[in-house]
Amino acid sequence: MTDERRPMLQAKGISKFFPGTVALDNVELTLHAGEIHALLGENGAGKSTLIKCLTGVYRRDGGMVVLDGTEVDPTSTHHSQTLGIGTVYQEVNLLPNLTVAENLYLGRQPMRGPFVDRRRMNAHARETLRDYGIRIDPAQPLATYSVAIQQVVAIARAVEMSGKVLILDEPTASLDHDEVQLLFSVIRRLKDRGLAVVFITHFLDQVFDICDCATVLRNGQVVGRLDLATASRNDVISLMLGRQLAAQVRAPKPETAGKPLLQIEGLQKTGMLGSFNLDLHEGEVIGLAGLLGSGRTEAANLIFGAVKADQGKLRLRGKDIQVRNPRDAVAHGFALCPEDRKTDGIVGELSVRDNIVLALQARQGWMRKVPRKKVDAIAEHYVRTLDIRLANLDMPIRLLSGGNQQKALLARWLATDPDFLILDEPTRGIDIGAHAEIIALIGRLQQDGMALLVASSEMEELVAYASRVIVLRDRNQVKELTGDEITSENIIRAIAADPRMEVAE
Amino acid sequence: MIRSTHLPLIVTLATFVLAYALCAWQYPAMLSLRVVANLLTDNAFLGIVAVGMTFVILSGGIDLSVGSVIAFTGVFLAVVLRDTTMHPLMAFALVLVITSAFGAAMGSIIHYLEMPPFIVTLAGMFLARGAAYVLSTDSVPITHEFYDALQQVYWKTASGGRFRLIGGVMILTFLVGIVVAHRTRFGQNVYALGGGSATSRLMGVPVASTTIGIYAISGGLAGLAGIVFSLYTSAGYSLATVGVELDAIAAVVIGGTLLTGGFGFIAGTFFGILIMGLIQTYIVFDGTLSSWWTKIVIGGLLFAFILLQKGLTWASTARRKAATGFVTPS
Repeated sequence: MTDERRPMLQAKGISKFFPGTVALDNVELTLHAGEIHALLGENGAGKSTLIKCLTGVYRRDGGMVVLDGTEVDPTSTHHSQTLGIGTVYQEVNLLPNLTVAENLYLGRQPMRGPFVDRRRMNAHARETLRDYGIRIDPAQPLATYSVAIQQVVAIARAVEMSGKVLILDEPTASLDHDEVQLLFSVIRRLKDRGLAVVFITHFLDQVFDICDCATVLRNGQVVGRLDLATASRNDVISLMLGRQLAAQVRAPKPETAGKPLLQIEGLQKTGMLGSFNLDLHEGEVIGLAGLLGSGRTEAANLIFGAVKADQGKLRLRGKDIQVRNPRDAVAHGFALCPEDRKTDGIVGELSVRDNIVLALQARQGWMRKVPRKKVDAIAEHYVRTLDIRLANLDMPIRLLSGGNQQKALLARWLATDPDFLILDEPTRGIDIGAHAEIIALIGRLQQDGMALLVASSEMEELVAYASRVIVLRDRNQVKELTGDEITSENIIRAIAADPRMEVAE
Repeated sequence: MIRSTHLPLIVTLATFVLAYALCAWQYPAMLSLRVVANLLTDNAFLGIVAVGMTFVILSGGIDLSVGSVIAFTGVFLAVVLRDTTMHPLMAFALVLVITSAFGAAMGSIIHYLEMPPFIVTLAGMFLARGAAYVLSTDSVPITHEFYDALQQVYWKTASGGRFRLIGGVMILTFLVGIVVAHRTRFGQNVYALGGGSATSRLMGVPVASTTIGIYAISGGLAGLAGIVFSLYTSAGYSLATVGVELDAIAAVVIGGTLLTGGFGFIAGTFFGILIMGLIQTYIVFDGTLSSWWTKIVIGGLLFAFILLQKGLTWASTARRKAATGFVTPS
């Protein structure tokens, strides 16, 4: 990083205000060609807002952007694309109804006269995607492929479009290890090609793995710039949090489990999950480990009745129960925080308050409205105890950052005071601070005697709080680890025991 | 390999063939070219407006104003040709500009004011109908030698059927519509909007110009349908074509286009129109059935097609779980 090099992109004094909050305050960002730049910060620190200001989704309220020596003012994503700034957002932002090739080339299709040259478009798409390690028929609708493939297509699209700057906003959130490595090799190639890459992620390992330098945001301000060749993890974390994180987050584990709560026998559904058995006690945290598509989410949904099982028996405190739908599950004191909070969790247009009391109200029945005073008390209680950061309770929940949405969802279910809480990827896509808080919260709930089932793809996390870990592979229960057996190595070994699993997904 | 997105089109086609076969089996006379010619002529204006409607629905919108716009066009032409010396061709051009601009204005309101298309085009429906009343509340006959000349343009088959100009205009409209929808950037943008307008915007689709363009096309084609309708009836009447927008929507859905947008084909709409026309022809041939049976059968068909779409959506999500395509890089 030499100063005499002209930066590829320079953002100076960027400011952005939202009603009630200052989202960005005088932010500076400098990107050089052939450099992978990490943009770090907690949820709500302003990373996404900064990206949206750079790519024209939001108009900035102050500051200037200089791209390759000329001042630019992108007014739309389309405009920023033509300028050379390509972006891949956190969620796969492609159109499932169009074909893979159409998605790749939307807006810049190869033309023959006034017409789109489909044959050439499909051929190009096939070749391009082969470079990314996927061999698919690009003439098929995108929706026929798995999320992982859709994500790779999204990245390929942004890479093909951006000549100068590529912004990756949590691109690895839904990819498994092999896919991440594949992606990294592609990013490194692009770096060699001279692109300036912005990489946003909450996986610090990946930051040190691939990035050259980092800019850290906190509360809308730049709190530091680091050269990652010399900086340590602690440097980064302390900048992000403004406080030293304990060396390792480890929730206390009770020695003995409480009374038996729930027994699951032979729960299964063809094509989703093979026979699943589980003995659950009060005050126990069961981890569900496995690769993407191994059946973690399916297990959670089947237990909760969100998907109807083909067969299987559930016994709650010794009595047989029927869980045919989530309503039954809630009535029995179950709660589920789903994996995809955008589509299955939050009701984006409703206020944070309404989102928090939603499950409680649903359990009470619509005829008996929860009194406003109680609603306010509950919402304020959880906002305080879970440290949900918001301007006010009336703002639509979609305006909150990912981690805060997740906390609000947790609050929704905690408000129903469940006996059994299922968390599906509770820490996906949220920052390290919120991560630590959620892990600590799991520990607290466990001590209060709640039984938890947590599906997660982060081994360290499971090791930190699980009293038992069930490993899933190919939609089957393959191993159960208890006590000292629970280590990252053992979990990985159990997952990888079958050589066929090298081909992930 | 048959794509799941093609299946509704195939079902529509099969429905048409089956229905026609049944009709022909019962009334062999329905196989004649004369029936085919009448099918095209009688449904010309509906077909043209349904092309525009297909674009609108593909983009995830709806256009309720088209029936009124057709009536307005008819009255406008009749009044202009009666009261001025303007040549019909000039009047055609003028009315097409007016109706396209009307559609574009609705598109702008939908986009810039972020209003639901349903409300905006509902307002447009009342506006256009009102404008027609203002011009004339009576049926105004059109008598102009140019109209007579156009009405005399037909190709007569041996059996006495007449393929008229307006049927040809409809087929041409469909052909152009198919090319625009499937072979141009604009067409892809329309499908993209139907897949999700927020995502489309992030992907750089010019949402504003596409939305405005879609409703301008729908308005313009409603104008063209109005011209065709005036040729068909030789009159302009402000009470004509009430509810045609609903017939057009029905044709689009029976043609296999998903009402929520994003999936469908212009060609499907063509067969949707033919199926609806066929039902009417059958009732005419039968002679004893009330013409309201048309509505009942169309209602049943619509319901069946919506069920089919639901089933296909369900099937395609089920299939997706099993689909893999990853190869590890060697």
